[in-house]
Amino acid sequence: MEAKEVYLKLETQFPGQVGDFKGDVPEPYCSVSPEGIVAVCRFLRDDSNCKFEVLSDLKAQIVLKVDLPRDHPTVPTLEGVWKVANWFEREVFDLFGVIFEGHSDLRRIMLPEDWVGYPLRKDYVEQEEYDGISTQRAPLVEKLLR
Amino acid sequence: MKPLINSLPETVFTTKVDDLLNWGRASSQWYMLFGLACCAIELMQTGGPRADLDRFGAVPRATPRQSDLMIVAGTLTYKMAKRTKLLYDQMPDPKYVISMGSCSNCGGLFQLAYSVCKGVDKIIPVDVYVPGCPPRPEALTEGLLRIQDKMMRERWLVKSPRLGNGAEA
Repeated sequence: MEAKEVYLKLETQFPGQVGDFKGDVPEPYCSVSPEGIVAVCRFLRDDSNCKFEVLSDLKAQIVLKVDLPRDHPTVPTLEGVWKVANWFEREVFDLFGVIFEGHSDLRRIMLPEDWVGYPLRKDYVEQEEYDGISTQRAPLVEKLLR
Repeated sequence: MKPLINSLPETVFTTKVDDLLNWGRASSQWYMLFGLACCAIELMQTGGPRADLDRFGAVPRATPRQSDLMIVAGTLTYKMAKRTKLLYDQMPDPKYVISMGSCSNCGGLFQLAYSVCKGVDKIIPVDVYVPGCPPRPEALTEGLLRIQDKMMRERWLVKSPRLGNGAEA
């Protein structure tokens, strides 16, 4: 199924929940509201024409984007739709600090448990030290960074 | 009865105890396998038949408790740094560390990343730094020979701190 067809199907099924479709890019995408994301994904999985049986269908056919506020990024978990979303959501939580409501095991997956901050955010500030280890670089590098 | 030294002139050597001990230690450096990234491939090459670290008496050990030398080969992350410190503490004294490659020297190519430790010398004392990305087996062998030089300068029968080892002085 083409991304455009998927989008039109979603638009008729969930009026007001989806929008901003862009198809002339390598990975076509549309935006979905945080409230509707679980229903949209469940529809995509169960609909006889879409058949998004695995999570990777999402990126392969259409990308769903959810806009969240920076100070309180909260979105329902997709664990109930695709079980494998568990680890991917932990990764997003680890690096971006997005909180997945209803997630069964929302812990950091790659960074150490006592890490401060979410390093892939644009406003991430590196700590002076981690666990007593200085994060200071060589003087020349520090100079170039400033 | 003739003195021994005169009866066997060709086979008896005299030396100092320090030199004998150091010669024995320098000729059997057992290094701990501690490959963290691509430098580990070069470390394996160094242990292989062409460079053959074995001819200097250096053989790999799989546990820190049997090792004299730790060759930190590769990118050290903060998560691994804790384990590195633990392994170093488990090695029996006297112990030595070679920092192999740019990454373990200063973080190297990845030092701008949030998760990479900016040099193994931030957590454990390093005796020899081997530059390169990755260093060739010849370079690592040179590093091992510098460790041997350091060992040969040490003095065990005096009360002052061991000479030649920056970690102890």
